[in-house]
Amino acid sequence: MLPTLNGRIQTRIFLVGVIGSIWTIIITPFVALFVEGEPTLGDVYQVTFEILALVLILGIGWEFVYQGLMQFRWEKDWPTMFGYLTGINEGILVYLVADSLGSDPTTEWRAYLGAVTLLPFLIHFVSTWIVINLFAGNFMKMIFIRWRFRGGRLIGGW
Amino acid sequence: MSTTDSVSLPYEELAAAVESAGTAKGDLTDSLIATSTWTDEMLAEAGIPVVDVPVVSVGGGIGSFVLADYLRQAGMPAEHYKALGALDNPWDTYEYLTRCSQIPRPERLRSDSGSTPDNIWGFPSYATREAMEAPGLVKKLDPLFNVATEPILTDYFTPRAGQVFKALEVEARRIGYDQMKAKGIVRMVRKRHGGGYFTILTPAAGTTTTKRVAYRSTYVHVAVGYPGLRFLPDLQAYRTTHQDFHRVVNAYEPHEHVYEELAKKPGTVLVRGAGIVASRILQRLCDERDKGSQIQVIHLFRTYVDGSHGPSMFLRRKGSHGWAFQGFNYPKSCWGGQYKHNLERWPDDKRNELWDNLGGTTTPHRKLWLNQLKKGRAEGWYREMVGTVDSVTPGADATVVSKVKTTQGVYDVAANYVIDCTGLEADITEHRVLADLLEHSGAVRNAKGKLQVERHFEITGTRSGVGKMYAVGSATLGSYFAVVDSFLGLQYAGMRIVDDLADEGFVPRIGIRRSISQWRRWVKKTAP
Repeated sequence: MLPTLNGRIQTRIFLVGVIGSIWTIIITPFVALFVEGEPTLGDVYQVTFEILALVLILGIGWEFVYQGLMQFRWEKDWPTMFGYLTGINEGILVYLVADSLGSDPTTEWRAYLGAVTLLPFLIHFVSTWIVINLFAGNFMKMIFIRWRFRGGRLIGGW
Repeated sequence: MSTTDSVSLPYEELAAAVESAGTAKGDLTDSLIATSTWTDEMLAEAGIPVVDVPVVSVGGGIGSFVLADYLRQAGMPAEHYKALGALDNPWDTYEYLTRCSQIPRPERLRSDSGSTPDNIWGFPSYATREAMEAPGLVKKLDPLFNVATEPILTDYFTPRAGQVFKALEVEARRIGYDQMKAKGIVRMVRKRHGGGYFTILTPAAGTTTTKRVAYRSTYVHVAVGYPGLRFLPDLQAYRTTHQDFHRVVNAYEPHEHVYEELAKKPGTVLVRGAGIVASRILQRLCDERDKGSQIQVIHLFRTYVDGSHGPSMFLRRKGSHGWAFQGFNYPKSCWGGQYKHNLERWPDDKRNELWDNLGGTTTPHRKLWLNQLKKGRAEGWYREMVGTVDSVTPGADATVVSKVKTTQGVYDVAANYVIDCTGLEADITEHRVLADLLEHSGAVRNAKGKLQVERHFEITGTRSGVGKMYAVGSATLGSYFAVVDSFLGLQYAGMRIVDDLADEGFVPRIGIRRSISQWRRWVKKTAP
């Protein structure tokens, strides 16, 4: 897919919101095995979905950065490899933001983020990142037949 | 070999034969030729039989096939579509041109992995399919690693020509394409009183009782491919004056004799052009040298690209040693990203400026070619020249002498063979059907002098009652979409036309559910 800014944001919302959520439902019981202490599965779900929400919200911000960087590319393309590699910067930022929000457990959702530790985070984030990128490169084109021609937009016509 | 001013294509022999066929019954009358809009009665009076079909596609090549493929998957029965043309298979002309220009079936095209004219989704891509068919883990991972890391760590993955042709053959069988085509040469398309169009087909001699057959349809799709491929004017003048079609050849015509003769006797070849075809021809010459041929190559550039070039830091294309590098014939985002979006939406003046910035002759960056030419430069058998040719004349010892004007002066360059790799396209009026549309059906030219089409590929000005006429392919370059002359461009056009026909109520719209169910049928190889 060759993105436009609008397309990037729409695709991000779909991939993280829908595919990421489905994957998080599947993977969280496995992630729970690596969480220290004895949290309930419901607690772990609370954490993984909060992380996913951060990936989405911060990711929309990242899309503006990527779109800006893309302007230096003659072809105005975004190679598949970039899609995978940007997981590094995004993962680091999500972890740092989660850590910082969690350090001030004034509200319940913040307290949950305070429980995030590195290994379970990596298992959840890295696997989600790979799943949504694989989905974007393959099944997405089949389900949404016009998507690849519309710069990644799912709504809004041609 | 061609004796005319453009490269002759295989089907043109059939065209000449059918035109000169003796049957006078059911032929075009002077009154039909002179009248822009025809009535049913006029055809009856001329004795031309009429065949009714909702959609007629003129051409019968890959463009006709791709639209048929989309329509079948949108739910159209096979008998509602007729592709009219002289080809036996949709890929025949394409295969002829790629083979002549040194891309036989085992070699790789200049086309993206997801540009799949046999599969409307681009999934599975050609790289995935190559991986699935490859023996052994390493060979399986190779194309996958390539597409995952292109164009950063690797050059673009591109499919082998043979893979595409075989896949098209399978898909043609699946959608019942055999019953969707009729063989012959299309003479013209005219509007019909009361709506729709008549397309006049001249079938192969002896296959019908009349000279012409008229197809009456609501929709017409014009997919005629290149209006013609021309020679450079100075080379054309030489060929015509000296009747030498042996030493001065076009890369798009059969010229195997050049390599065969060079294998027997040392010689010099002058290559003109700096696009993908020039790259392929140079690769072949280098390969022949590796096999022992004593070949000297002089490569004449008209414009020499020495490095990154472009008007601003946001519009800089890479280049070196004369070549401008680009994966495909336009920047990638012309297929579906930012440039495609801008070309569709920007006002005319801004769009035309963008057209100018995006254009230009380019070749893909491929390590093999760069290394071959580097070796040639170092060993002295590959030399570059920059300039324009004033005249071409016969020289001593069976050579052809090109008078080349350079910034350092004028030089006589003698060569045993000259290969024209410029791929100069003829004016659209060189194609009879297109010329007729401009003259009789209200079609107009766009800023690039080609056929003006709307964003959904309807030919501007040709509406006839409820009827609509569409055009795709190289003849429409310069309207709202850049990559008309590509597999994925034809797929995009197919998608837009099918959506427009869905708006007309002709077929259901391909939504998520239909897309998934049709894809499953594609995988299982069952009919749509």
